[in-house]
Amino acid sequence: MLGLQAFFFYIFAFIAVGGALMVVFARNPVHSVLFLILTFVAAAGLFLLAGAEFLALILIVVYVGAVAILFLFVVMMLDLDLAQAKKGALKYAPFGLIIGLVLLAELVVAGTGSVYQPELAESTALPMQPLYEMSNIGALGSVLYTRYILFFQLAGLILFVAMVGAIVLTLRHKQGLKRQSIPAQVGRTPATAIEIRKVESGRGI
Amino acid sequence: MEIGLGHYLTVAAILFVTGVFGIFMNRKNIITILMSVELILLAVNINMVAFSAFLGDLVGQVFALFILTVAAAEAAIGLAILVVFFRNRGSIAVDDVNTMKG
Repeated sequence: MLGLQAFFFYIFAFIAVGGALMVVFARNPVHSVLFLILTFVAAAGLFLLAGAEFLALILIVVYVGAVAILFLFVVMMLDLDLAQAKKGALKYAPFGLIIGLVLLAELVVAGTGSVYQPELAESTALPMQPLYEMSNIGALGSVLYTRYILFFQLAGLILFVAMVGAIVLTLRHKQGLKRQSIPAQVGRTPATAIEIRKVESGRGI
Repeated sequence: MEIGLGHYLTVAAILFVTGVFGIFMNRKNIITILMSVELILLAVNINMVAFSAFLGDLVGQVFALFILTVAAAEAAIGLAILVVFFRNRGSIAVDDVNTMKG
């Protein structure tokens, strides 16, 4: 009898794997992005089953909400040549298949060659408290802001640099746009800003 | 049947290999290559979370968070470069990326 956890695990696992395959094989990049979103949602379900609730929700917020939408935006904004993009796909498929199978064989050898020792859990770097004592997000926060604060700050720095880089890369100065020039505004003096004319009465300027 | 560490590792391995295969198969389409890289990073994250859960060690989840951060930064920069390239050349075919011969 399949337990409830196993049932959901297999559902999410098959959705994730199927979505990943469709990302690679879909003809239209827009479909690829949508299948990528499906894969991320399924992976978030897997994270939930593993007990990593915070990461599951972050995966949905960051990947589905930001990264995948960014992909979608770029794919729809750029005028892609779909026929040209898929032309050489089958030519490289056997080569990719060989590399993939070799890699899979290596992973299987590495995975089956090692033994899982439950007593190893006693010597972990940071033992996880049981969920009834502290929630997953509480446990993560209690180490992220204390023990790993430097790495946390470094992650923020990486995001900051990425943001600045993306803005600098895509910023475009259009010719002929009227912009505010602060030096010109600050440099105004009465001598340059005001002109005194003698107006003859009844004539105007 | 109890879901164990091996199940998660199998899913992650399949996702990883799919991503690598996608990079080789869609060599002409740089957007799909970027998506394949995201798949590979997701597979690594699943590995991290699975080991974290089954060893009872929180460090795996902390590290997965950092991988997520780097993946998001990488996607943003990659797509920005893509947009700039498209603006200059009018195409994003990988074959056209041959002007930098220094």
